[in-house]
Amino acid sequence: MADTVILSLPGIHCAGCIGAVERTLTGTKGVTTARVNLSRKRVTIDVNGITSDPLIAALAQAGYEAHALDAAMLTSVDTDAKGRMLLVRLGVAGFAMMNVMLFSVAVWSGAALATQQMFHWISALIAVPALLFSAQVFFQNAWVALRVGRLNMDVPISLAIILAAGLSVYETSIGGDAVYFDAALSLTFFLLIGRYLDHRTRIAARSAAQELSALASPDALLVTGDTTRTIPVSDLAIGDLIRVKAGMRVPVDGQITQGTSDTDRSFLTGESLPVQVHAGSDIAAGEVNLTGPFTLRVTRVGEDTTLARMARLVEHAEGARNKYTALADRAAQIYAPAVHVLALVTFIGWLVLSADAALALNIAISVLIITCPCALGLAVPAVMTAATGRLFRRGLLVKNGTALERLAEIDVVVFDKTGTLTEGHARIDTDALDPTQLSVLAALAQASHHPVSRAIAAALPATLQAADLTEISEHAGLGVMGLWRGIPVRLGRSDWVGAVTSPALQIGDAAAIPLTFSETLRAGAADAVARLQSRGTPVHIFSGDTQTAVSALAAALGVTQARAQMMPDEKLSAIKALSDAGKKVLMIGDGLNDTAALAQAYASISPASALDASRAASDIVLLGRSLADIPDAIDTARSARARVLENFTIAAGYNVIAVPVAILGYASPLAAAIAMSASSITVLLNALRVR
Amino acid sequence: MNVLIILIPASLILACLGLAGFLWTLRHKQYDDLDGDAWRILMEDDHINDDTEPKT
Repeated sequence: MADTVILSLPGIHCAGCIGAVERTLTGTKGVTTARVNLSRKRVTIDVNGITSDPLIAALAQAGYEAHALDAAMLTSVDTDAKGRMLLVRLGVAGFAMMNVMLFSVAVWSGAALATQQMFHWISALIAVPALLFSAQVFFQNAWVALRVGRLNMDVPISLAIILAAGLSVYETSIGGDAVYFDAALSLTFFLLIGRYLDHRTRIAARSAAQELSALASPDALLVTGDTTRTIPVSDLAIGDLIRVKAGMRVPVDGQITQGTSDTDRSFLTGESLPVQVHAGSDIAAGEVNLTGPFTLRVTRVGEDTTLARMARLVEHAEGARNKYTALADRAAQIYAPAVHVLALVTFIGWLVLSADAALALNIAISVLIITCPCALGLAVPAVMTAATGRLFRRGLLVKNGTALERLAEIDVVVFDKTGTLTEGHARIDTDALDPTQLSVLAALAQASHHPVSRAIAAALPATLQAADLTEISEHAGLGVMGLWRGIPVRLGRSDWVGAVTSPALQIGDAAAIPLTFSETLRAGAADAVARLQSRGTPVHIFSGDTQTAVSALAAALGVTQARAQMMPDEKLSAIKALSDAGKKVLMIGDGLNDTAALAQAYASISPASALDASRAASDIVLLGRSLADIPDAIDTARSARARVLENFTIAAGYNVIAVPVAILGYASPLAAAIAMSASSITVLLNALRVR
Repeated sequence: MNVLIILIPASLILACLGLAGFLWTLRHKQYDDLDGDAWRILMEDDHINDDTEPKT
């Protein structure tokens, strides 16, 4: 059975990766073809009777991280019919523009009488069908806006194109000079470039969001009697028993009926250490089961789960953000009425002065053509494409069309702690221990699979010689013990080894040594915080973790504004309070407890390691591990904003020169063509100056 | 001026060929992975004539 599997490959970046991935996959049994798409960081594989699992395993062995994506969910984006149609229209407009320009140049350089007449007719034959096909995008948008009684940028565009083409056909039929086919076509061509760039930014955002939801696993293991079967989470009812294996994310809220384990709730609460759970413990959806399997009685499903309640908080907070009006729309709100009023005034003025309706109409139309917001239509998308491309190469994926505009304005930065400023995994401090104790600790830690033990083992130097232990036994929920040179040694919970804090190490009857944890700072965190503060942007830390852990980190980073033990809704209201005080907040966080705050903030960034919901709620996803790029991203956003405003000025400048000429009735088709192309090209070149 | 009778159709036909070429590349998904294609040209393709090499 032939089938298509799509895998996400977040780590690929070069020709070597493409070759290695394709060779690995084509060498796997059951694979027909494999084709890597580097732009989307994905591979599409045609397979015969196998699933994605062996392919992911094969890639993991070759050193590439891969995730299965839901192929059915992604096809709608991959085919991208709208983008392709825009390109076809762009191609047709470009083809027609170049050919008509050929005839126009001949006319401008002196072709007259019958030759001029013939050239105008040929131009009309090319231009009218090309315009009807290519400019449809603008006509449709303008119609939609007019029907609800609103004006958008497409209304003056459509009007200019239709009037220019109509006037030109009329002039051609009476053998006149005012033929604007080339202007109408170059207008369409340049505006379609802007439209396509805009569409590409949007589609990239949408495909990222779809990829996130395609990654989520919507299944649960239902326990009925002695058997388990996989059912969709949406089919679970209150009272059902489900089995959660080690390593799985808990899909619904529930209470443990059987089994002991540790869960990682850092995404929910920001706590950096795993929490021990046993029969009777309440578990919230989103926690990750770390050590042993347990059975859960479902207490809340669907809309009532902690996860869904957080999603509602996010939805609510996002409403506020959607009120943001993009710069281009704000410009259009001023520009569109101004253009129409100007053309109308010109028409009335000439009608009164010359009493010649045909002449007045002719000049009014030339005003509309000259003022048509060609450069304005390119001003924003060209800059945003240049800026998002630059950021993507640095490892920042911009998901939202207006994200950069908002990022440019921020004046306060709020960081989450666990998983954002820190790596999210606690590390053990080994300074207080002597070499003998260290070697015993290493031996005990290596013997256990408990996440805390593994963190300890990982933190110890690799050169350390582990002591020889015998009779090692692991006591679930308590710790691990063994015999070292005949003395019992123990590593475990405080009450089990007789210490004040957990975990602790005890050798023989000696006093237990409590082990203290510290967190590893994420790469670039100190650098990012220092650079933000040095340029006068206040930095806050909002964390759900304990006061001690937060204070220690804040002191290390030199952050004075740090708050600990915050619940998700406290984070949300703290962000709201800052916004109400007139601040524009950039929130950087990864956990589920941050999602509402991320959505509420003026702009937001989350690391790629964040939970799907957090990435979905944020504007920008940090693909790399380092935070050092965040100040640079703000710089790029500010530079992009400056370029956009410059582009508006350039476009306005052209109009200041060209409009009086047009109003006075001196506008020629040649002048219109030059003004149009020159302003569009200047705007495009200026966009490339984004740093 | 009689040369125009040849030149005009010639220029139009050439331009149409260009447009047709563009539409052909578009239909064959040549613009879907611009980054990847830029790298692929540098690859030493030992398996280029292999049956496993996917068609574009």
